[in-house]
Amino acid sequence: MFDYQFLIEVLVGGLLSGVMYSLVAIGFVLIYKTSGVLNFAQGAMLLFAALTFVSLVERGSSFPVAFVITLAIMVVLRVSVERAVLRPLVNQPPTTLFVATLGLSYVIEGAAQLLWGTQVHGLDIGISDVPLDIAGVFISRFDLFAAAVAGSLVALFALFFRYTRTGLSFRAVADDPFAALAVGLRLPRVWASVWTASGIVALVAGLLWGARLGVQFSLSLVVLKALPVLVLGGFDSIAGAIIGGLLIGAIEKLSEVYVGRLFGGGIEAWAAYVVALVLLLVRPSGLFGQKLVERV
Amino acid sequence: MIKSRYLRFAFAAAVASVLATASAARADEQFFPLQSYRVGPYAAGGTGFFGGFIDYLNLINIRDGGVNGVKLTWDEGETQYEVERGVEVYERLKGRPGVAAWNPLSVGIAYAMIDRITKDKVPLITINHGRTDSTDGRVFPYVFPLLLNPYSETSGIVNYIASREGGVDRLKDKKIVVLYHGSPYGKETIPIYKLLADKYQFSLEQIEVPHPGNEQQSQWLSIRRAKPDYVVLRGWGVMNPVALKTAQKVGFPADHIIGNVWSNSEEDVIPAGDAAKGYIAITTQASGEQYPVLQEVIKTVYGAGKGNLDDKKRIGSVYHNLGIVNGILNVEAIRIAQAKFGKRTLTGDEVRWGFEHLQLDPARVEALGAKDLFHSINVTWDNHEGDGRVTFQQWDGGKWKVVSGWIAPDWAFLRPIIEKSAAAYAKEHGIKVRSSGDDPVSN
Repeated sequence: MFDYQFLIEVLVGGLLSGVMYSLVAIGFVLIYKTSGVLNFAQGAMLLFAALTFVSLVERGSSFPVAFVITLAIMVVLRVSVERAVLRPLVNQPPTTLFVATLGLSYVIEGAAQLLWGTQVHGLDIGISDVPLDIAGVFISRFDLFAAAVAGSLVALFALFFRYTRTGLSFRAVADDPFAALAVGLRLPRVWASVWTASGIVALVAGLLWGARLGVQFSLSLVVLKALPVLVLGGFDSIAGAIIGGLLIGAIEKLSEVYVGRLFGGGIEAWAAYVVALVLLLVRPSGLFGQKLVERV
Repeated sequence: MIKSRYLRFAFAAAVASVLATASAARADEQFFPLQSYRVGPYAAGGTGFFGGFIDYLNLINIRDGGVNGVKLTWDEGETQYEVERGVEVYERLKGRPGVAAWNPLSVGIAYAMIDRITKDKVPLITINHGRTDSTDGRVFPYVFPLLLNPYSETSGIVNYIASREGGVDRLKDKKIVVLYHGSPYGKETIPIYKLLADKYQFSLEQIEVPHPGNEQQSQWLSIRRAKPDYVVLRGWGVMNPVALKTAQKVGFPADHIIGNVWSNSEEDVIPAGDAAKGYIAITTQASGEQYPVLQEVIKTVYGAGKGNLDDKKRIGSVYHNLGIVNGILNVEAIRIAQAKFGKRTLTGDEVRWGFEHLQLDPARVEALGAKDLFHSINVTWDNHEGDGRVTFQQWDGGKWKVVSGWIAPDWAFLRPIIEKSAAAYAKEHGIKVRSSGDDPVSN
């Protein structure tokens, strides 16, 4: 007899994992939407943020103080990267910008280890991961907490972009950068704000992923989880990043549990990419991405 | 004229003196090329292992003036654990005089070096890892998977589970899940687990975790549904703490998870926090700094400001102690080879002979200040693993505590399997199988 309870457990676990993927993907979307840069250094930024935070805590800082200092460092880092690396490359082909961020990721990873050492660290943010037993279905308390944090962050960004002047500028630039420039918006300032916002996302994601995996070098690899999410949801849609994350999380877990045996197991990593690839063939801009219309 | 002749003579004498000094310096040195990884994803393990290895070499130099007067030297090349960089470092350092042995601590780099070191006649040490069939020294004369190969590790883990259950007879009808890393390393033990399951009649399920292993929800939900008695964790890197955390999420008890030798370090448990409390893992060397050799390293090497670890809290950690034990084995092989070939810089082939006669019984291990740090080793020309014993340690949230005696894997059961695999390798590569330790080694 088919075990529906187990199916629900796998599905819920997948959706909650998907929220974590969305969190990483949002950092990409924010930058891509306004500047057209696929910032491959997002994973390295996430590692840098988590490593800085945990190193400060281990040196005696309280959580709030460490959070504020790390946030300040991330803002400085983000703005510096935007000024020193990306602004000089404005109007260069997307491939050039992508390679620049790829190189940047190696620099940041190396700098993080040079600055804070190579040791792995535990990060306890005070959320127990003893599962909740709801009618025989085990649900992770930590994943629920992470989902709540991610949801709150998205809500805050939504309010910010809707009701503040900077948010309005951001939306204008995302909609049409040339028109925004023509009406007098200062693009560099908007870009700096966006890089700062994605720095905040990197910090929050770094702390949640760090608490989940431990703060170590492989944190930077979580970008690989975000790529199929971006392909599925679209590179320029925050809603797409959220729904794409949920879909990828669910697809990964369901395929591994119910189809994995047919392939000898271990399929979840590439199953997500298969889905993304199929969607690319059918709808290159993703489920929620803007269709590119060019005059020829 | 006289003055000029005198100057020429003085110059020639000076040059001869410099050359003689340089030559004498070379004659008194044994060189270790180190393919280390101090940055990158596996830097935590690399800094610990190579730190311990260098600390021991330093101890021998400072305390004893080298091995019978032969100074130990080394040079590091950064690999970041990448095979191509490891090979590049090999090519760069292989020409240095007096190369003793290679110790890459990387399965991938070791595999890429087998043909090269065999041609160059220098030993390759793969302590606790590497090809299982390289245990057969008849086929792999220069490769030494010292102390533990993957099959012995598997047998040791099953024997430990049997001891917890009250004997191998009690394994019948038990259920064991092996959660393995999705890589050649992770998959290497799939056949031997099947053979042992058939032998002892336990139920077996082997589940793969895709690299790097930072997401294991579906695997652990499958484990929860399978309700095994034990889970064997054959992990690597981030896969290990994630396994322990996800086990907690699905309510599987940590003290029924048994980690393999690459899932047994502080780096594997600290990131998992409370979820790792009670977790058990196999090891060939105990952790802690209470052993006399560690105390000497602290006093002599760190006391002289020459310690290799930046963070002294890591002295006595699993990887550091593995490096110390690796240092002991390398140095003793040189000492044994010197007894036959003379107290001088040895060739790689002479050091190989030393490794093939590396027999350290518990009394000798105690004399080296390593009693209870590791048990013993008995390498012969055809057994390059050396019958290392294993022990099991449990994480109490702050440190590892040994929870078993020294356990012997089932070597008699494993040897024919190893020989069969080695024979197939020899046939495939056209290698002449040695029939005695005195046989010349063919390339």
